[in-house]
Amino acid sequence: MMESQPLRILIADDSDSDRMILKTLMKRLGHQVRAAANGSEAVAIFSDYQPDIVLLDVLMPVMDGITAARKIKAMAGEELVPVIFLTSLTDADALARCLDAGGDDFLTKPYNKVIIQAKLGAFNRMRQMHQILSQQRDMISERNRQLLEEQQLAKRVFDNIAHTGCLDADNIRHHVSPMSIFNGDILFACPRPAGGMHVLIGDFTGHGLPAAIGALPVAEIFYGMTSMGFSGSDVLREINDKLGRILPTGMFCCGAMIQADFVLNQLRVWNGGLPDGVLFRSDGGRELVPSRHLPLGVLNTPAFDAGMDLFQTSAGDTLLMMTDGVLDAENESAERYGEKRLWQALDAVPDEAASDTIDILLGAIREFTGQQSGQDDLTLVSLEMVIASDFNQSVERFPQSALKGPAEWHCVYEVRDDTLAQFSPLPLLLHICMEVPGLRRKSADIYTLLSELYNNALEHGVLNLSSALKTSSDGFSYYYSERDRRLENITGHFIRFELTHSQTGDGGQLVITCEDSGQGFDHESQLVAGSAGDQQSPKPSEKPTGSDAKYSGRGLLLMQKLGHSLRYTECGSRAEIVYDWALTTKRPGGWS
Amino acid sequence: MNDKPHLDEEALTELQDVMEDEFTVLIETYLRDSFDRIQSLRDAIKVSDADAFGKTAHSFKGSSINIGAPRLGELCLKAEEAAKDSQLNEAAAVVDAIETEFWRVEETLKRFLA
Repeated sequence: MMESQPLRILIADDSDSDRMILKTLMKRLGHQVRAAANGSEAVAIFSDYQPDIVLLDVLMPVMDGITAARKIKAMAGEELVPVIFLTSLTDADALARCLDAGGDDFLTKPYNKVIIQAKLGAFNRMRQMHQILSQQRDMISERNRQLLEEQQLAKRVFDNIAHTGCLDADNIRHHVSPMSIFNGDILFACPRPAGGMHVLIGDFTGHGLPAAIGALPVAEIFYGMTSMGFSGSDVLREINDKLGRILPTGMFCCGAMIQADFVLNQLRVWNGGLPDGVLFRSDGGRELVPSRHLPLGVLNTPAFDAGMDLFQTSAGDTLLMMTDGVLDAENESAERYGEKRLWQALDAVPDEAASDTIDILLGAIREFTGQQSGQDDLTLVSLEMVIASDFNQSVERFPQSALKGPAEWHCVYEVRDDTLAQFSPLPLLLHICMEVPGLRRKSADIYTLLSELYNNALEHGVLNLSSALKTSSDGFSYYYSERDRRLENITGHFIRFELTHSQTGDGGQLVITCEDSGQGFDHESQLVAGSAGDQQSPKPSEKPTGSDAKYSGRGLLLMQKLGHSLRYTECGSRAEIVYDWALTTKRPGGWS
Repeated sequence: MNDKPHLDEEALTELQDVMEDEFTVLIETYLRDSFDRIQSLRDAIKVSDADAFGKTAHSFKGSSINIGAPRLGELCLKAEEAAKDSQLNEAAAVVDAIETEFWRVEETLKRFLA
């Protein structure tokens, strides 16, 4: 009777007749056999014969079976070589000693062919299973090493694309675990060209690389569109559209977009599927910012609502947002941290320590989970509303590109008819200007100039609205409803931008002209009205704020201050601004 | 008392079946080894080496059981136990019994071979 494949068997027995019987039995069963007369011989044969199974007599001269078994097991290392003791021992202690020495089983005399065959078969199966397990374990550990290597690589690529932006700004506090990207968590922050900033916090469904993949396009869209001047809603719409197209069904991104404006002191927040955010008012009040939307990547574009909740704020107000990981943090008994504990911890935050909320909360969570390492799944961010000028200073730190870029160029871009109502050319124009590396630091100035020119051309030129309306609060709302009404029916109109850039000694000159198809407007009187009592260039802290500000006039004043010169021709339907910039000297105008 | 049979005919037949041509060699090997072992047992008693006596008795026991001589195996076990208790005086009597049983087994085995 042959078992499937012949085994290599090593036998050690000092009794010649017993050895003969066993050897012959094994051969008859179809196996290969080498025999030794004592333990020492067996150990010597073992190293070059590499048997599959070893049969050892217990009591042998020179070296007994127990010693030989220890040596053989040590030599076999990780490989499983079953050792079966041949014995007529009946004493339980002696049998136990055999097993302690690494023996796997006994074979009692007299030998029984059927039992021997069954035991060899069983041990061979065990040996093969061990081999397969070892191979699979090695394969798994190799795969795991590869995976970690790939994750490190992916993280490097990801960190380059989804750099932390301005998360280090003085008014932001945040916590993310180092490999959070593979938890599917994202946290980005980017200054807006017109001042203020966007923060995006999110949590993709799933884990590992699949969860991280979606973060790449989100980062590109977020940073790209934000620095081009798009609003938070625009960025959200684009992200939702992109994710809807690229992510498989069932995969999406819970997230919140925060748009902070430090000049108007406004926070706009869109929360889609994240836990409630909390707005800590500097006067001690607290407001919830609950999720009002489905996560990003769920709804198709027409159904998607990118409307953001508006909060009027004052300096010192702090907004806290977090991902699900906070609520899902588990302690040793697999209990969730949960909303109740979260609110207790937040209630315990002293009003004057609102900006330290993240540290206090992290402390409370770690006390609950009993874990101190960075292996958590928590992503939190808090954003404090600050004085605009402080923020601008902190943004100055971000590095400037060393590329030369275009220096001498000219372009014309004209928007016509319906498109005037649907499309803003500002991001595109800003993008063109930002190709000049030296201008990137001035993006806030350029954006302000472009948007003031454009808004004047659209509202006062094309739509023929009088800015005088905006001085009263009734007029203000009438102005905007009228604006919407007139926008619906534009034909035969255009707004044309001409941008000309040229190089000067240590900088450059950008000339922006903006011409519209309207009848012009009385820019002279507006400049006078807006500048009344505000003639000398004001310091940043004295910038008009609140209801007494003359928004309509301020635009022109601002442009005058930022640009080298502001000139209106064609009865006010053509405006030209010359903006000089230099690398070494301070920017013209005092607005920084 | 030892009520085991002198020879286990069934075991011997199976052994014969397994060993085929080598059965004769096996029996001869066993008889030669056994003869040597009886001598070793007597030598061990002479020099009062209980350890050597015990080990020899143990091996003798295993071989005898394997070859199909259970009564001889039982006597060897008795000798082994006597050595364990260091009762070598008692052991001398057991060796006599072993020798008597061995001659009997030898005679029967030779008949079995013929």
